Amino acid sequence: MLPTEVYPGSEPSRWKYLDRIRTRPGPFTNPDAFDGSLVAEAIENMTVLTVVELTSHSGAGGLGCEILKNLALSGFKSIHVIDMDTIDISNLNRQFLFREEDVGSYKAEVAARFVEKRVKGVKITPHNKMIQDFGEDFYMQFQVIVCGLDSIEARRWINATLVNMVDEDVSDSYKPLVDGGTEGFKGQARVIFPTVTSCIECQLDMHAPRAAVPLCTIASIPRQPEHCIEWAHVIAWDQETPFPALDKDDPEHITWLYKKALLRAQEFNIPGVTYSLTQGVVKNIIPAIAATNSVIAAACCNEAVKIGTSAAPMLGYPDENYMMYSGNDSIYTYTFKHEKKDDCPVCGNLARELQVDPDWTLRELVESFATRPEAQLKKPSLRGEGKTLYMQSPASLEEQTRPNLDKTLVELGLAEGDEIGVTDPAFATVMFKFKLKFRISE
Amino acid sequence: MTEIVMSQTPPILHGPSAKEKKYDRQLRLWAASGQAALESANLLLVNSGPGVAGVETLKNLILPGVGHFAIYDEAVVEDADLGVNFFLDESCLGKPRSQCLTALLTELNPDVHGSWYPNEETASTLEYLLATSPVFTAIMYSFPIAPERLALLEAYGREHKTPLVAMHSAGFYSYFRISLPGAFPIVDTHPDETATTDLRLLTPWPELVEFAGNMTKDIDSLDAYEHGHLPYVVILLYYLEQWKQAHEGKYPSTYKEKTEFRRLVQGAARTDNPEGGEENFDEAAAAVLKTVVPPSLPSGLREVFEYTPSEPIEERSSFWIVADAIKAFHAKHNSLPLRGNVPDMKAKSSVYIQLQNIYKTKARQDAAEVLETAQSIAPGRQFDPAEVELFCKNAPFVKLINATKGGDSASSSSVDLLREVTAQELANDENAELTMMPLSLLPIYLALRATSHVDSATADEILASIEETIPGSKDKERILKAAQEVARAEGGELHNIAALTGGMVAQEMIKIITKQYIPIDNTCIFDGIASRSQVLCL
Repeated sequence: MLPTEVYPGSEPSRWKYLDRIRTRPGPFTNPDAFDGSLVAEAIENMTVLTVVELTSHSGAGGLGCEILKNLALSGFKSIHVIDMDTIDISNLNRQFLFREEDVGSYKAEVAARFVEKRVKGVKITPHNKMIQDFGEDFYMQFQVIVCGLDSIEARRWINATLVNMVDEDVSDSYKPLVDGGTEGFKGQARVIFPTVTSCIECQLDMHAPRAAVPLCTIASIPRQPEHCIEWAHVIAWDQETPFPALDKDDPEHITWLYKKALLRAQEFNIPGVTYSLTQGVVKNIIPAIAATNSVIAAACCNEAVKIGTSAAPMLGYPDENYMMYSGNDSIYTYTFKHEKKDDCPVCGNLARELQVDPDWTLRELVESFATRPEAQLKKPSLRGEGKTLYMQSPASLEEQTRPNLDKTLVELGLAEGDEIGVTDPAFATVMFKFKLKFRISE
Repeated sequence: MTEIVMSQTPPILHGPSAKEKKYDRQLRLWAASGQAALESANLLLVNSGPGVAGVETLKNLILPGVGHFAIYDEAVVEDADLGVNFFLDESCLGKPRSQCLTALLTELNPDVHGSWYPNEETASTLEYLLATSPVFTAIMYSFPIAPERLALLEAYGREHKTPLVAMHSAGFYSYFRISLPGAFPIVDTHPDETATTDLRLLTPWPELVEFAGNMTKDIDSLDAYEHGHLPYVVILLYYLEQWKQAHEGKYPSTYKEKTEFRRLVQGAARTDNPEGGEENFDEAAAAVLKTVVPPSLPSGLREVFEYTPSEPIEERSSFWIVADAIKAFHAKHNSLPLRGNVPDMKAKSSVYIQLQNIYKTKARQDAAEVLETAQSIAPGRQFDPAEVELFCKNAPFVKLINATKGGDSASSSSVDLLREVTAQELANDENAELTMMPLSLLPIYLALRATSHVDSATADEILASIEETIPGSKDKERILKAAQEVARAEGGELHNIAALTGGMVAQEMIKIITKQYIPIDNTCIFDGIASRSQVLCL
């Protein structure tokens, strides 16, 4: 028979249901890691960080409201939230902490005020900033970090930062990261124990970037409505600059692109250009609904509760660390262990093998980093063993190394097995290490 | 990748309306037709226990703009509600829960109307509410529920053909079960765009043969640009013809033949250019295994063809008439109506558009033939040509849910089914290590089901109740643990598990209301300890 004693926290009648689960063990609870009498106090003293939608209003987003609600109703008392975004009308179909009169205000502030008012006793500190505005000292104060970001770049940045913070001698330096994301009826939730389990960089190839349309198709042989829209976006706009700078959230700008794309489509008899499609392509809009956010945010916060209480085994310890969810065709979840990679540029220590053609110019190598699923680096600077190959900045160094871009790898003296180090301004602290492997061109 | 729905309306030169802006992210999933269905829906939630999963479901339906909801809930708000339910606050203590929930939920979306029961002015009992309200589009209820109340809802579902959704969330566990009124066909299933390519390369029709023939008659003397811009459909048709002539009039059919054919295509690319190859020939070679296939009848559609609705023809929905017409089309042509989409491929703009039009024209002809057949099957009936066209386009992907109807929760046939499924699931678990399959979540369903009508129960009581339904189950370790885990919660909900369940139920409600995407058939169990789900037909 299992123990039945409950150890209530500060408001026993309010947290009645939660206390039954978090303060007494169940059949799957690890008895060595669990002491029910300490749970309520421990949770009340924890500080949780929520990092949500950071880029503009394009992405799925909307996990933030759910995460804040869920954490507050999971017994956490001290929560910080980072979000530099302001509220847009298209957020209202899923972001339930906002009303029409809040459009234009900072999301973090409005959400924090709302949840504090609704759930008494919780303190939520909003930060209308970017994650990159904070350093390790800031991130060190949290015990768990829950992310509902809509960009891969932001996820990679926070992941790299948390991995770098790990100091083997300081147990408090390990910050578990819980990450969720959605697209339409699908989503995923995962838990990362930095340096211990597979990290976001290890899993990067699961989020391969969409193949870009070749420029020659856009410029001369369009076939799809999207090709016409890209033409308006990347070619017509630059030629005509109807406004000083493209603001993708300005309906006037989108309308201009839409009209241009429509003319182009008529010229080539291509059907299907609409305002909605124009907006979707230009802003790279990902469809999003409340229901999926509800599933994924709750799956993440459920893991945060398990990490905070040990009331049940959490994802990542010891095996499964990743849940894929799909609701398009029935409901299907796939919960599995994503293996840590020894050659992960962030948490591994081996250089990753990089298939290259020795006849490539350095420019081709530099450009290839943007599209390689396992790299996805847009502004890479490269160093070889003992020499600088190409630097994006400062300008003087860029100018000095620019001539290298037109030399082939062989001409630069690079050989099979050489290690190159790659840095990118989006990941200031990380050096991606690669080991060259030549493939013979046919 | 999720398929993105494009607006069906012709382009207009003004921006989106306020409503289109607000609902932009979901209109890309279910389009204006799905939104209209959602906005005309009228839902009832019959709530009990902590009742959070039901409330979270409503939140997820109110935000996207469901038309009307009603909550029937006899509870009075107490302190424990405030620790688990986000749509109640301290000012609600001591007040009717349905009233407070309705106030804080309707605040989420001014387009949505809500009402609450019991109240003094209108209905004081569930019987009265059901008897006097306009027919509900769907009814959701939470466990635990009194058996006579459940019987009342099930009777209503049968009488009005109203889908019922039951949900039970306790501690780390939950499940929900959908009871649909009879077979539920879906046409607009949103298949993955990559799965929909149907180019009919082995059964080309005269217009396509002529088009490809004209482009390739002097293939070797084409200049580099023309040769490098032949669409891969044309390339494959040309080399299939060559292959046929060299192989006694037969197309490549085995895997070995197809890989050989692929080599033939790849080898035909010109390599005497700066790129050392041709992108369109690469595309052609890559498409061989997927597109050089004879027409087939997918299992979902076969099930539709073989199913005979119980109603006489005059009372059948147009779905079944059009399905019959497509069946006749298939019998006559040994292929389905053409979908008519052409994937993007390297080609000159004008050539690609011509090719696209050849496919579209054929698709329209096929749909017109189906429409004519449908009219001859049901004379005097009006069919929406757009609906017939959509059916023809999606024919390979149509899906029939709930074709074999389970009984009401207490009927003897449903208990037999449960015993059968339990035996199967337990047998699967014994081989789980070999098959590398995750363990069954059915024990969770069994343990929750044992508390369908009581607020809480001990593990022993739960096991005794399961044993009564499924003799011999009390000694199974997984069932024992599930019973202990359910007992641990004493009927209490964890907010996260309730929110997660409410998200899944809301997705399912959207699919049922919009008749888009594919709903579960019919029970989904969630394990918040292992963070995974399982769908079973129970």
